[in-house]
Amino acid sequence: MATTVVGQPLSRVDARRKVTGAATYSAEHRVGGLLYGVIVNGTVARATVSRISVDAALGHPGVLHVLTDFGSLRLAHPVDRIAFYGQPIAVVVAETLEAATHGASLVEATYERQDAVTDFDDPDAPSQTPADEPDYSRGDPAGALGSAQVKVDLELTSARENHNPIELPSTIARWQDGRLTLWDKSQWAQGAARTVAGALGIAVGDVRVHNEFLGGGFGSAIQAYDHVILAAFAAREVDRPVKVVLTRRQFFYGTGFRPASRHRIALGSTAAGRVNALVYEVRIENARYQSYTDGLTDLPQFLYGVPNTRTAYRVTPVDVHSPCSMRGPGVVLGNFALETAMDQLAHELAVDPVELRMRNEPTQDEVTQLPFSTRKLRECYETGARRFGWSRRRAEPGSRTDGDLLIGMGMATASYHNNRRDSSARARIHADGTAEVFAASADMGPGTTTSVMQVAADALGLPASAVTFRLGDSSYPTAPLHAAATTMASVGSAAHTTCNALKAEFIRRAVADTDSPLHGANPADVHVRDGYLSAADGGARDSYRDILRRAGLPSLDITGNWGPGDADSRISSYGYGAVFAEVSVDPLLGLVRVRRIFAAYDVGRVISPKLARSQAIGGMVGGIGMALLEGTVTDHRDGRIVNVSLADYLVPVNADVPDLDAAFVNTEDPQADPIGVKGLGEITIVGVAPAIGNAEFNATGKRLTDLPIRPEALL
Amino acid sequence: MHPFAFSRVSTVTAALNAGARYGRYIAGGTTLVDLMRETVERPAHVVDINGLPYKDITVTRQGLHVGSLVRMSELAAHPEVRATYPLLSQALELGASAQLRNMASIGGNIMQRPRCPYFRDVHSACNRRDPGSGCDARHGDNRMQAILGTSTHCVATHPSDLAVALVALDAVIQVRGLDGTRSIPVQDFFLRPGDTLQDEHSLRPGEPITSLTVPAGAHTRRSGYLKVRDRQSYEFALASAAVALDIRGGVVRGARVAVGGVATVPWRLPKVEEALVGKRPGRRTWTDAAALAAEGAVPLSENAFKVRLVERTVRRQLMTIGGQ
Repeated sequence: MATTVVGQPLSRVDARRKVTGAATYSAEHRVGGLLYGVIVNGTVARATVSRISVDAALGHPGVLHVLTDFGSLRLAHPVDRIAFYGQPIAVVVAETLEAATHGASLVEATYERQDAVTDFDDPDAPSQTPADEPDYSRGDPAGALGSAQVKVDLELTSARENHNPIELPSTIARWQDGRLTLWDKSQWAQGAARTVAGALGIAVGDVRVHNEFLGGGFGSAIQAYDHVILAAFAAREVDRPVKVVLTRRQFFYGTGFRPASRHRIALGSTAAGRVNALVYEVRIENARYQSYTDGLTDLPQFLYGVPNTRTAYRVTPVDVHSPCSMRGPGVVLGNFALETAMDQLAHELAVDPVELRMRNEPTQDEVTQLPFSTRKLRECYETGARRFGWSRRRAEPGSRTDGDLLIGMGMATASYHNNRRDSSARARIHADGTAEVFAASADMGPGTTTSVMQVAADALGLPASAVTFRLGDSSYPTAPLHAAATTMASVGSAAHTTCNALKAEFIRRAVADTDSPLHGANPADVHVRDGYLSAADGGARDSYRDILRRAGLPSLDITGNWGPGDADSRISSYGYGAVFAEVSVDPLLGLVRVRRIFAAYDVGRVISPKLARSQAIGGMVGGIGMALLEGTVTDHRDGRIVNVSLADYLVPVNADVPDLDAAFVNTEDPQADPIGVKGLGEITIVGVAPAIGNAEFNATGKRLTDLPIRPEALL
Repeated sequence: MHPFAFSRVSTVTAALNAGARYGRYIAGGTTLVDLMRETVERPAHVVDINGLPYKDITVTRQGLHVGSLVRMSELAAHPEVRATYPLLSQALELGASAQLRNMASIGGNIMQRPRCPYFRDVHSACNRRDPGSGCDARHGDNRMQAILGTSTHCVATHPSDLAVALVALDAVIQVRGLDGTRSIPVQDFFLRPGDTLQDEHSLRPGEPITSLTVPAGAHTRRSGYLKVRDRQSYEFALASAAVALDIRGGVVRGARVAVGGVATVPWRLPKVEEALVGKRPGRRTWTDAAALAAEGAVPLSENAFKVRLVERTVRRQLMTIGGQ
C-alpha cells in the first residue's frame, strides 16, 4: 500500500526561508532607482480640502514630489472631499524613507469642515436594510416565541476590530514601457491587478502583481487599498519605482476592519429543550460611500433545526471608512450571539449545553432545504467533550474554585460555509522528473505552498520532495481570493484535477509509444508511483523522465480548471466544530484568563495535519483576542482612532495563550470537491469567543454580553 | 521623525557640556526613539550617554545603589536584589517586554513620558506636548487615564512600574550638574500636572541621572508588586500596587504602599500605611486599610472602575505580602 503525501504532518516547505529571513516579503524586494512614498492622512472626518501647502515639504532635502491631486484616480471612496478621518490627501515622494516621512509631517492642509457622525449608535445616524441582506423568515417566529415555554432574550455588542497582522501593508510599484509591476502584500494578486488597473484606467493585462510571501493577513489584504493605488500612481507620476509601506498608525485608517456590532437574539423553547423560535436582529457600522455586509445571519438561520425563525440585518452608514472581511467575517459574531443565547437557554432549562445542541440537530439545511453533504457535528461534540474533559464541568455557576479563583467551563458550536470557487492550475513535469504546479494563489500563513503541493504530489505519483507549488504571481492561472477558507478546496481541487490530467497525458503517451515498456497497456491499468509508471500486472515500467527523454521534450505541461459547478444547489456543505474552553476568573480583580481550549472539527479531509493544527490554534488565539482584548476605539468628537499601536490595541501575547489543541473528526466530503475538503481557515475562530464567555458564566453566574470582556464588567 | 544631530560621549564632563548645549540624552532609547518617530519629541541633538560609567549595582548594609545606565533586565535578575528587594525585581519584570527590558536603562525608565494616546498623536490637543493647547484625553477615550493627582491640564498616568516601587521604598535619585551633584528624594522627583505642567520631574536642563539609592530596612524583603492589566504581559497597568511590610511579633511595624496605573505620578498611600501600622496582620486589617486607597479620586467618564480596582489591587497585594 503506497503511502500518500496527503495526510503527512509536514512542516512548511518554506519554513527555513521564513525563519532565516531568506523569504522575501513585498517591501524587501530590491528594485533599482527606488523612491519612497509616504502618505499624508487627513485629520478630519468630513470636509473638503480648501488648501494644501506643500512648500515646506518640497524644501526638505531629498523630497522630490508631493502629489495632492488624486482627481484622475478611481478610488473606493470620494476623491473630491474627505469622507473619513485618515483619508489620504497627499503622497510625499523622496530619495529616502526618512526624508519622505519628515516631508509628510510638513504638509499642512486647511479644511472646510462639515458636521460628521462617526458613532453608529448616534440617533442622527439612520439604519438601512442592505440590498443583499433582505429580512428572512420561516414559520411563525413571533407566534412561536410568544407561546414558548422557556424564553431567552439577550442584547449583545462587539467592538470594532482591526486585523493587525505583523507585516504592514506594503507595495513597490515599477513601470516599464507602460506596464506596471507591483510587489504587494496582497491576499489576491489578480484582484489587486484588476483594482489598480481600474483605478488608473489601464488594461488589466498591463499589471502584474507579485505576492509570494505574506506576514499574516486575516482579511486586511484582500482588497487593494489606497496605498497600493497611490504607489502605482506616484511611480507613474515621478517616472521611477516607488515603495509605500504604511505605519501601524496608518494601518488603522488604510485598510478595513471588523465592524462594531449590536445584536438582539431571542430563543423560544419547549420545556424539553426543543428550540422552536429564533429571532435575530443585528446592526453593524458602515461607511457612507460603500455598503458592506457579511455572514452575520448565516448561522442563526441554519445551524439548528428551528422551525420558526426570523433574522433582520441592518447597517448604519456613518462618516468612517469601510469595514471589510476579518477572519470568520460576520459568522463569528452571529455565532457569538447564537451560542451565548444557547448557553443561557441551557442554563435556564437545566440541560447540559452539549445535550441541548444535540437535541436541536436538524435533519437538513432548513434555509435551502438541501441535504447536508457531510455533517459530523455529533462526532465533534462527542470527541471534543471527551478529549476536553467536559464531564468534569459542574452545571451550577461558581461551584469550582482554585484558591482565590473561580473556574468555569463553556462550549460553543462552530460552523462555516465550505466556500469553493472556480480555479485553475498549470502543472509541469520536467526532464529531471520533478514537477511544478502554478496558480495565482497566495499563502498568508496557513501553509498553502505546502498543502497544495501535497495534493499535487499524490495526483502526479511523485514524492513531496519532487514537487513545488508556485503561487504569488498574478500571471499564473486564475485563483480566487486567498480568503474565506476557499483556497484548499478550490486551488487544491484545481491542482488535483490538473495533475491528474497531466499524469493521464503521460500514460497516454506511454501506452501509445512503441518504445515504451508499457506500449499497448490499458491506460486505466497504469499507475504512477515515485515518477514510475507501471501496469497493474507489474513488471514493465516507464517513467516521466524516460517519456520526456524519448519525446525530446524539456518538460510537458498542462493547464486545467476546476469549479464547484452547481453543487451548492444540490448539497449544503459546511465545516463544523465544537469548541470547549476553561477559564479562571479572579472575582476580586475582575480578570478572566483562558486556561485551555480544545476543539474538534469536521472540516472534511485534512490534507496537512500539522498545518491544520496550526491553523486551528491560530484561530483560537484570534478568538481569545476577540473575547478578552481587542477593540478599536474611535474618538467620536472628531473621528480619530485612538489606540493606533500594538501597545494600545491589544492582541494576545504568549502569556495569554495557554494550552490550545484541536482534533479533526476523521471524514471527507467527496460531494463538495474532488479532494473531499471543507474550508478550515475561518471556522477556527468561530465559537471561541462564546465558548470563553460561556465559561466565564459558568465560573461566575454573571452573563456578559459585550465584547471584549474586560475587568470593569466584573468589578 | 525630524532631522537631528547625534553625538556620543564617553566622559561625564563631555556629557555635561553636551547636555548644557542640547539637553537630550539617550540611553536605551526605548521611549525617546518611539516618540521621535511620532514627532512628539523633536530634539535637535541627541547625546548618547551609554559610554558613561553609571553601570554598577552595589548592595550594602545601608541599601542598594544602582547606576542609571544599568539595564532593567540586569537589575531585575541581580541575585541580591531578587532576594532583598523582590519588589524591585517584580516591578521591573512586569514592565515592558523582554526585548525592551534588555535595552531600557533604569534612569530612562523613570523618565518615561506619558503613555496617553493623545500625547502621542500630534494632531490632538495635549498640554504635555504643547503647553496651553488643552487636553483631549479628559473628555475623550479616558479608560486608561488617571483618577488621582489629575488636573484640568492633564490626566495621564505615570507609566513606570519601577517608579512606583521606588516611591514605596523611599529611594533617592542622584543627579549631576555642571556645579556638582545633588540628591532628590524620589517623592519630590515626580511632579504632578500643575500650572507648569510641562515639567514632569525636577531635573534641571542638562542634568543626567547618575544613580539611585534604595535604603535598607526590615520591610524590603517582605515586599512585592502586583500589576493588574487586560492582557497578561506587555501592557501598562490598569492598577498596580507596591507593598513592603515589616511584620514582627505579630504586629505590622512598618508599611510602605504605593500604587500605579491610577495616578499622574507614582502614588504613595500614607493613609493606608497609617491604617496598617500597629495592627495585627489579617484579612480585616488589609481590607480596612485598602479601602482608603482611592481617597481623593476624581474618576472620568470611562475609568470609574479604577476606584474599586485600585482598592482591591491593594487589598490583594496586602494579603499576598502580609499573609491572610
